[in-house]
Amino acid sequence: MAEDTRQYTDFYAQAGKLICERSCEVMNAPRAEALQTFSALGFPTKKVERYKYTDVAEDFAPNYGIALTPLEVKNLPYCHRISEAPVDVTPYYNKLADRQDAVVALNTMLSVDALVIYVPRNTKVEHPIQISNVLKGEQDTMVNRRILIILEQCAEADIVITDKAVDQMHFLSNQVVEVFAGDGSHLNLYEVEETHLLCTRYSSVFVQQGRDSHVHHTSFTLFNGHTRNRMDVSLKGEGSEVILNGCVIADKTQHVDNNTLIDHQVGSCQSNELYKYVLDDSSVGAFAGRILVREGAQKTISNETNANLCATSSARMYTQPMLEIYADDVKCSHGSTVGQMNDEALFYMRQRGISEQEARLLLKSAFITEVIETIPLEALRDRLHVLVDKRLRGELSKCEGCKLCK
Amino acid sequence: MEEKNEFVREVAEKKYQYGFTTDVQTEVIDKGLSEDVVRLISQKKGEPDWLLEFRLKAFRYWQTQEAPTWGHLKMPEIDYQDISYYANPTAGNSGNSGEIDPELMKTFDKLGIPLEERLALSGTAVDAVMDSVSVKTTFREKLKEKGIIFCSISEAVKEHPELVREYLGSVVPYRDNFFAALNSAVFSDGSFVYIPKGVRCPMELSTYFRINARGTGQFERTLIVCDDDAYVSYLEGCTAPMRDENQLHAAIVEIVVKENAEVKYSTVQNWYPGDSEGKGGVLNLVTKRGHLRGRNSRLSWTQVETGSAITWKYPSCVLSGEGSQAEFYSVAVTNNYQQADTGTKMIHIGKNTKSTIISKGISAGKSQNAYRGLVKVAKTADNARNYSSCDSLLLGSKCGAHTFPYMDVHNNTAVVEHEATTSKISEDQLFYCNQRGINTEEAVSLIVNGYAKEVINKLPMEFAVEAQKLLGVSLEGSVG
Repeated sequence: MAEDTRQYTDFYAQAGKLICERSCEVMNAPRAEALQTFSALGFPTKKVERYKYTDVAEDFAPNYGIALTPLEVKNLPYCHRISEAPVDVTPYYNKLADRQDAVVALNTMLSVDALVIYVPRNTKVEHPIQISNVLKGEQDTMVNRRILIILEQCAEADIVITDKAVDQMHFLSNQVVEVFAGDGSHLNLYEVEETHLLCTRYSSVFVQQGRDSHVHHTSFTLFNGHTRNRMDVSLKGEGSEVILNGCVIADKTQHVDNNTLIDHQVGSCQSNELYKYVLDDSSVGAFAGRILVREGAQKTISNETNANLCATSSARMYTQPMLEIYADDVKCSHGSTVGQMNDEALFYMRQRGISEQEARLLLKSAFITEVIETIPLEALRDRLHVLVDKRLRGELSKCEGCKLCK
Repeated sequence: MEEKNEFVREVAEKKYQYGFTTDVQTEVIDKGLSEDVVRLISQKKGEPDWLLEFRLKAFRYWQTQEAPTWGHLKMPEIDYQDISYYANPTAGNSGNSGEIDPELMKTFDKLGIPLEERLALSGTAVDAVMDSVSVKTTFREKLKEKGIIFCSISEAVKEHPELVREYLGSVVPYRDNFFAALNSAVFSDGSFVYIPKGVRCPMELSTYFRINARGTGQFERTLIVCDDDAYVSYLEGCTAPMRDENQLHAAIVEIVVKENAEVKYSTVQNWYPGDSEGKGGVLNLVTKRGHLRGRNSRLSWTQVETGSAITWKYPSCVLSGEGSQAEFYSVAVTNNYQQADTGTKMIHIGKNTKSTIISKGISAGKSQNAYRGLVKVAKTADNARNYSSCDSLLLGSKCGAHTFPYMDVHNNTAVVEHEATTSKISEDQLFYCNQRGINTEEAVSLIVNGYAKEVINKLPMEFAVEAQKLLGVSLEGSVG
């Protein structure tokens, strides 16, 4: 067994019983298999294509205290603890997640509770649901988060997941989200991360879409330490559509790796992907987007764009937009650029008395606006405009809105 | 339907017109690979000790390596002990030196490569390589007047050891990869070109590779050195007989480009692709790399890939000279069960370096065609510029087209762009042609040629005509 996985398997050997007691049957069932996978595979090395740009073992190496607190969910519409879910979640839980991924297996092994968002048939959730993950603690902590989103036929919802860190400690969060979007359902899922340099985030989101469903996912990495987001979408019903957008602002020594896979399993589906990075100082950005069009998935339309702005010579960008196509009647394209700010635009502004710093800021902000503008939720759009502006000015450290930080 | 099948069958059968074998007395060494075999090859070629040492080092390194598996390819297991590493078709007439077996002459005539200088196309000098041996190099004398060295690498080892020793393995070291190590250990023949300072090579240089003997592999090695302010255009062509077994072809091409020099390297690769059931065919696993060492040096790779059961190669450029420019133009066509995983690597090290990648993939039948490319901009490469464009065309619903570009940018003044599209032939275009009385098969050929034009235009004239024909032939029977 590899040395780097030992602390986790040892921990499980000691605390496994406690975890099982605090958890429920449906979550306990796959634990043994997850432990086995995790011990057998070990953390993925850089030789594993999907983890090429992130050193997983190093991120998981520090000795974290592992949080084992169950959730408390009180009187929130549509949101439930997994043990109190209104439907049988057995056919959903851990069915979509990649069971051959050690990071996911680790989550399956260690998570104590899961949040279930269940929207029944033909129901439209009036107000957006916000899940705020606030990292707080006196010591370095690892949290394993598990979220299960089930939208039944023609259900509609907006869900915002935000990550924040209050205390200046090392935090490692390992999140697994499974999304089942039923036929004709409509889901807008947003993730906003604004933590700090000491935080490490692993997120694996798995989406399965039914006929004529629509999923719009936006991921914003405003501030972080090390982030690795994995996003897998399988389009299983004809006429479904998925939009994956993302935006990264990184400076100092931040590391952001977005890895997406859109799997067109049936025909007549559409996918659209737009990721933009602004990299400053010694930050490292990575983007790998794979679009897979399976045999027979005719009439697929797919478009992938990745644009990156490197502001300093020590910032590094790795980009890898991939198309893998086994059907002929398709229209697929991808584009990727790495560049710098337009000198002419800078000059234009300098001529008009705008300071160089301000001009650069404006250009960066304009670059990112393209992603923000695609967000359907107006309130969030406005909020992000403010946050991005603050972030670029370097004013974003703690969030002001919520009580917890004050 | 019946009639159509008949037509398709006919086409499929006549398709590979270079599939004949030559009956010539060939000296083939026993199958298998060991240090003794490496020594034997070296001894047969009468090589100096330093080269044997180089081969042995490579062989020992190769033994420690495992075959890579990362390609988007379904590779048959290669039994390296079941291949003969040296086959000499000129062995029969070693007595009367200088004379070429008339059978061999006929073979190359049949391939359209006349070895007699008076018959040859004016303006092209040819080095004809069959199996492991260079049969003849034409126009050597004429080139010598200008100081240009154009000969087989075995001769170069004897006649210009200092040059070979200086450059061999300097661009592709034997530790580069599994197949490079294998080639470095057992390489047989190939071409050596040296263009001295300030010389513009007056004719196209070309090498024609032919695999003939059964159960052998071809491991050629080409080394091109273009000194300051020199220019050369080099062409490479290749064919092989139709066989049910897979034949291995693992070559290395090294190019050194010095200050203000320019090299154009064009390939029309037409190895036997296997039959329509995917049986047989050449496994083309090649390492090609150019090093742009001097300021303002230029290198362009142009390739038309229509043959081979499996093509796995990435002609690359290391741009270390300031202001150097590299180009890569490729058309890769796959049909039936062919597989291709090809593309390029552009490594920008010097300042103000520029590279362009234009890749066109065409897949038909049940084939898989992948573009894989790396653009790397090192921290030192200020103002580096790259533009890549990769298009794929799909003919038929059973084939696959894939794009795997990698971009590693470590410099903020670099501008790197990549774009790719995948689609099938537009129905509007087909309809337009049909309307004007052009049948579908012809229309497809027309559209494909138009699609590949950007690349084919970069080829020297004679090759462009051949390439165009090849495209048509490779795709025949794939429509409908």
